[in-house]
Amino acid sequence: MSKKILLDKINVPGIKSYEVYRQNGGYASVEKAINDMGADNVVEEVKKSGLRGRGGAGFPAGLKWSFIDKKSGKPRHLVCNADESEPGTFKDRYLMEYIPHLLIEGMITSSFALGAHLSYIYIRGEYMWVYKILERAIAEAKAAGWLGKNILGSGYDLELYVHCGAGAYICGEETALLESLEGKRGNPRIKPPFPAVSGLWQNPTVVNNVETIASVPWIINNSGDDYAKIGIGRSTGTKLISASGHIKKPGVYEIELGVSVYEFMNSDEYCGGMIDDRPLKALVPGGSSVPIIPHNLIYKTAAGEDRLMSYESLSDGGFETGSMLGSGGFIVYNDTACIVRNTWNFARFYHHESCGQCSPCREGTGWLEKVLNRIENGYGREEDIDLLWDIQRKIEGNTICPLGDAAAWPVAAAIRHFRDEFEYHVRFPEKVKNRAHFVDEPFEKVRHLLQKQTV
Amino acid sequence: METAYKQNLNMSETLMNRINELLSRYPEDKKKSALLPVLHEVQDAHDNWLSIELMDKVAEILSIKPIEVYEVVSFYSMYNRSPQGKYMFEFCKTSPCCLRGVEDLMDYTCEKLGVEVGETTADGLFTVKGVECLGACGYAPMMQLGDFYKEHLTKEKIDQLIDDCKNDKIILLDK
Repeated sequence: MSKKILLDKINVPGIKSYEVYRQNGGYASVEKAINDMGADNVVEEVKKSGLRGRGGAGFPAGLKWSFIDKKSGKPRHLVCNADESEPGTFKDRYLMEYIPHLLIEGMITSSFALGAHLSYIYIRGEYMWVYKILERAIAEAKAAGWLGKNILGSGYDLELYVHCGAGAYICGEETALLESLEGKRGNPRIKPPFPAVSGLWQNPTVVNNVETIASVPWIINNSGDDYAKIGIGRSTGTKLISASGHIKKPGVYEIELGVSVYEFMNSDEYCGGMIDDRPLKALVPGGSSVPIIPHNLIYKTAAGEDRLMSYESLSDGGFETGSMLGSGGFIVYNDTACIVRNTWNFARFYHHESCGQCSPCREGTGWLEKVLNRIENGYGREEDIDLLWDIQRKIEGNTICPLGDAAAWPVAAAIRHFRDEFEYHVRFPEKVKNRAHFVDEPFEKVRHLLQKQTV
Repeated sequence: METAYKQNLNMSETLMNRINELLSRYPEDKKKSALLPVLHEVQDAHDNWLSIELMDKVAEILSIKPIEVYEVVSFYSMYNRSPQGKYMFEFCKTSPCCLRGVEDLMDYTCEKLGVEVGETTADGLFTVKGVECLGACGYAPMMQLGDFYKEHLTKEKIDQLIDDCKNDKIILLDK
């Protein structure tokens, strides 16, 4: 069993409640931070830990905290990003639903470190029952004196509230989230200024993912150095992985960063292997926006080294032969999955979720969806594959937020690694028209048709 | 502006108390921030949709312009601008759920209820919708029903859910 620091107490009966959480050592990090350490030392420990943002970008959390503007004298805020919406990702919900006080403890300790007196947890509106769980847990924490005025007699005041969105993937982007928290449409802001200087209501603000904040109590209770000993290289600590698709045991798993992809896929501690023991075809290791990789690049990198569950190893080879750890949304495909249909499905998602501010994204995601839809349904043209390549290239890097990139990358990777499947759709339209839904005949059975010269 | 559908406004004391509690979470001069949570509460209390008149009412309560409410309501997918079936089956149709057969289940549900995706049954009881990723990929196929998720769905579970809805055994809101 690998080390657990987030889910180690998840099976303690009643851990959802304040009493049981407290009896099991809960809120110790708040006491230690306020009574013994002081704010600057808390920031220092988080820096030492090497903890990287768990929302997907992987930016060092301590460094992000150190950017917060203290000189202006404006009120500072900590905002927790619980807008988890990246397809394939459902880990934050698991933490909030089953051990809500861990996040609240992390929010208090982190707010103290940043000198924030008013903090929010922004949760997606669809997680309405989890919103209510957090509301109740915040009330319990407040009743027990961990929130409000003069916490632990230190003179430190903090109010923490939960705030709900209403169904918009884009609000997971931190500046769109802040717009939404101000009661507006979720249109991302142009950076700079960064939220650390001008965030919520133009005040200095740090936005961190749920899992990032939930890792802080352990770091403070132990030490940044202890945390940095877990994991591998610059991928320190543990990571929650949301595993879904064609595997025996879908669910949320906490791994030590650096475990091999093979072990994660096949051991009984984690995914337990492929459902019905069918062959593995492809993997999206970090949520729908990261490049899909084919079976020959999953367990080994192009250089022939073992592929590990770490930021560095999963991106080894760049986008040519690698992918990204991203949010840890681990989607597994067996030989029956149609890559064209999957790519169309993701393109539809991004088209639906584009906020519409930037033309390359607003128009481009729509074109991607349209062209992919006609290929998938047997109405594609020979030149469509190159057209798709061209469209995605013109979206990437040309928008003010990363949604454009997120829409472009899956399309590029699918064409890069599975071009023959797209060609099959275009050259044999009668075979793909009126097919059953997602799961269909293995492509390997029809690949030989592509060798023929004529349609 | 006028609405195509009529709605009786009912800003009850319970609802107003909840709205005031939500407003108290934001600084005195930043009450607009409460808009999204307030709209959820107001919609829940009005058969799951928001008429122009109701949006105007929300604008009045938050002391903002009506357009500031309309532009938000039209941006976020969880706000409905027309009447919906009492039980809205919102299936997640993003890829991880498709890998586990959600499209077949949607077909089954539509056939059983005699509607197409996006339609409401004649008795006003059911609406079937396909929505984007709900963050439950490991528990697929699944749907949202009111404030809750129904996961690991099968045809048998759909049958049961439909029966439970008809017999008024389903809790929709987490209040």
